[in-house]
Amino acid sequence: MGRQLKFNIFRYNPEDPKSVPHMESFDLEETEAMTLYIALNRLREEQDPSLQFDFMCRAGICGSCAMMINGRPDLACHTKTKNLPDEINLMPLPVFKLIGDLSVDSGTWFRAMNEKVQSWVHTDKPFDPNAEEEPMDNQLAEEIYELERCVECGCCVAACGKANMREDFMGAAAFNRIARFMMDPRDERTGTEYFEVVGNEEGIFGCLGLLGCEDVCPKEIPLQDQLGMLRRKMGWQSIRHLFSRLLPD
Amino acid sequence: MDTFYTDLLCIGAGLAGERVAVEAASRGFDSICLSIVPPRRSHSSAAQGGMQAALGNACMGEGDCPDVHFADTVKGSDWGCDQEVARLFAETAPIAVREMAHWGIPWNRVVPGTGTFYKGGKEYQKIEKKEKEGFITARDFGGTAKWRTCYTSDGTGHTLLFTMDNQVVKLGVKVHDRVEAVALIHDGQRCFGAVARCLKTGKLRVYLAKATLVATGGYGRLYRETTNAVICDGSGAILALKTGIVPVGNPEAVQFHPTGIVPTSILVTEGCRGDGGTLKDVDGKRFMDTYEPEKQELASRDVVSRWMTHHIREGKGVKSPYGDHLWLDIRHLGERHIKTKLREVDEICREFLGVDPVTQMIPVRPAQHYSMGGVRTNRDGAAYGLDGLFSAGEGACWDMHGLNRLGGNSLAETIVAGRIVGEKVADYLDGCEVTFKTELVRDFVRQEEEIISRLMAGKDGRENVYDVRNAMQDVMMDYVGIFRNATDLRHAVVQLQEIHERAKKVGLRSSSPGANPELALGMRIKGMVRLALCVAYAAEQRTESRGAHAREDYPERNDRDWLKRTLATWKEGDDLPTLNFEPNSQVWEIPPGQRGYGVSKIIPSEDPSVVGNGEASKAQEVPEVCKTPETPETN
Repeated sequence: MGRQLKFNIFRYNPEDPKSVPHMESFDLEETEAMTLYIALNRLREEQDPSLQFDFMCRAGICGSCAMMINGRPDLACHTKTKNLPDEINLMPLPVFKLIGDLSVDSGTWFRAMNEKVQSWVHTDKPFDPNAEEEPMDNQLAEEIYELERCVECGCCVAACGKANMREDFMGAAAFNRIARFMMDPRDERTGTEYFEVVGNEEGIFGCLGLLGCEDVCPKEIPLQDQLGMLRRKMGWQSIRHLFSRLLPD
Repeated sequence: MDTFYTDLLCIGAGLAGERVAVEAASRGFDSICLSIVPPRRSHSSAAQGGMQAALGNACMGEGDCPDVHFADTVKGSDWGCDQEVARLFAETAPIAVREMAHWGIPWNRVVPGTGTFYKGGKEYQKIEKKEKEGFITARDFGGTAKWRTCYTSDGTGHTLLFTMDNQVVKLGVKVHDRVEAVALIHDGQRCFGAVARCLKTGKLRVYLAKATLVATGGYGRLYRETTNAVICDGSGAILALKTGIVPVGNPEAVQFHPTGIVPTSILVTEGCRGDGGTLKDVDGKRFMDTYEPEKQELASRDVVSRWMTHHIREGKGVKSPYGDHLWLDIRHLGERHIKTKLREVDEICREFLGVDPVTQMIPVRPAQHYSMGGVRTNRDGAAYGLDGLFSAGEGACWDMHGLNRLGGNSLAETIVAGRIVGEKVADYLDGCEVTFKTELVRDFVRQEEEIISRLMAGKDGRENVYDVRNAMQDVMMDYVGIFRNATDLRHAVVQLQEIHERAKKVGLRSSSPGANPELALGMRIKGMVRLALCVAYAAEQRTESRGAHAREDYPERNDRDWLKRTLATWKEGDDLPTLNFEPNSQVWEIPPGQRGYGVSKIIPSEDPSVVGNGEASKAQEVPEVCKTPETPETN
């Protein structure tokens, strides 16, 4: 016999006028190597087919299943019940719009983020299908990849004090994305152009430095380093701005 | 009713769908992508290993060119592919890889100097050339004559998908995420878009388009054990079957992978066995050395999968709450090797199983891995049967994989086919005008409304949709799996026909408005069972062994009778698909021959247009100097 687990799950269906937000409890016997992916699917199939939650790859790659697990944002698919107490509280991520129960609309949020930071390589060079690729140092490629590993799960945003207070705050995922493109020599954006996007209160200057983002990132991306780098660079950029206004053309 | 109008409707926003949309958008056409998940969460992201393209920069890939890639692909397909398509693919792959570099992929690059690599547990040396420094490098995958698989560490699919979606954002292509297409709108001649259901609000919508693309990925979730994501339920093939006109090509062509972890079937790379890992049973004993004394654990993917299944059937599996499994043991490789060369495996074991592979064995068993079959198209990606309908990627049967796909060719197909089909779609849209008939749209919408209301009210019965799905998955796993024979397949077809009847009687237990996950499955289940019947019935008809399709009762590859592609359609009211066949290739640049791996007896073709004068096949033999030590296929 495995442990008897008690799941307290947030329930609310905004599409149902009769629905009111509440917590609902479910009992489930723990099995070996059980993850929240296994547990939640069993609850839906065996106890309540209307239970809403999101899984896709169930392998920590796609970022679909982030939720608040006993008060901490994490991916449900890699959370093993054996590391949790008998009673498990599951809530949807804050900040993002609720779709229902544990499911939130992270897709819309991240699309807006990607539009805002213009998350693509800015270059005037056209692609020449007959040319060899531009060489790149492998070390640099690996450094870019290190930041490119973000899966847009939203844990960092959910754990961010500022994002929870201020709707338009860009959040660590956005700063990390900008840091990724600043590092990429293929992107021809200048410091001024980055400054226009991120050099303000919605951006890096609004960061309170609480670093909840770094603590909870399931991909263990070094977010603290990116925030520090961005703050320094944008700080310099703002001083330059100031000087260019004082100095005659 | 929300109605959206666009030039191109892409159903699916994984790599293939988005690549087509990017092409159309960059030619000035309006595109909308539908995706049942946010696009960056598509299953394309899960492909870790890499994509094949003959760049020839790495020293172990020296002398590589599209000719060699083409030959590997044809052999890999066991001569089941369309050779014109495979040729087009191999020629375009290097351009597609470089284009992705231009868009920002941090491909791993050549580092000059001496390095080591492992094969069959042995260490080898290689020396990368100074003049290739910084060019896109490649790693080794099974079934290839050269190191050809371009990669970004262990996240190639992820970086490709993010970079592609960056282009989508840049070009302003609209993505309607959490929207599921439930029926194609057509008049029997032409496709006009789709009826879709919003998975946020539960409401139906209409999308009207001049061109419609199906790029929905594979159908792994027809099986109980699959490495595929939970959304890979063959929805594109189901849409095609629902038309009664558009055929699914080679549904029986399903690839399995020997080492999915238990539970959850997350894939661990065959590199484990390549590096010297062993498979063990309930008694802690090896068994591959008895079944395959020569190759042992290093036999090909399919062979190992088959013997594992056999051994479990013999009662040698380890019991678990998730069914029987075997052990993968890599403990003897040592901590240093596991933490560096097999880092990804180490992470998966610790993260998802709580198993430390340095001190513990890993529970594994074979799982479905890839669907070679899909919506049948011509070489332009245009679907058979309906004008204005296209398909690309794993969801399509284009058909460059034939009866077996090579590792690294799946990611490559998404980008390459997306590029090629995207151009053809844009050409099609050029000057294309359409008249939409409102009564046709109304009829299709009403049909779906009727389906929903019957399911919600339980008008047709009270079958539990999860029970029906589980029954289907069990039959597919146990009787249409790795080992196939007439008795099992007949049993499967009969069982699935009964399950098909049950699927018609599904009634929901929940009636909550909105997304309602039970309703989403309820709307899909009949189509899934029909697709499962296509797989089982086509597998029963194909009385030969070719690629991943292995018949115990017909062990030989039969080129005389089976150089053919299955085309499955479904007539409403039937309880079996209608199967037709077509020659699998019009062009035979490489006449059928031995693959050079796996054991296969061949019944030769007698068709002179296929075999030619017999000399061409010799010319395609890979020269001795190019041969590298044999490795099993990796993911």
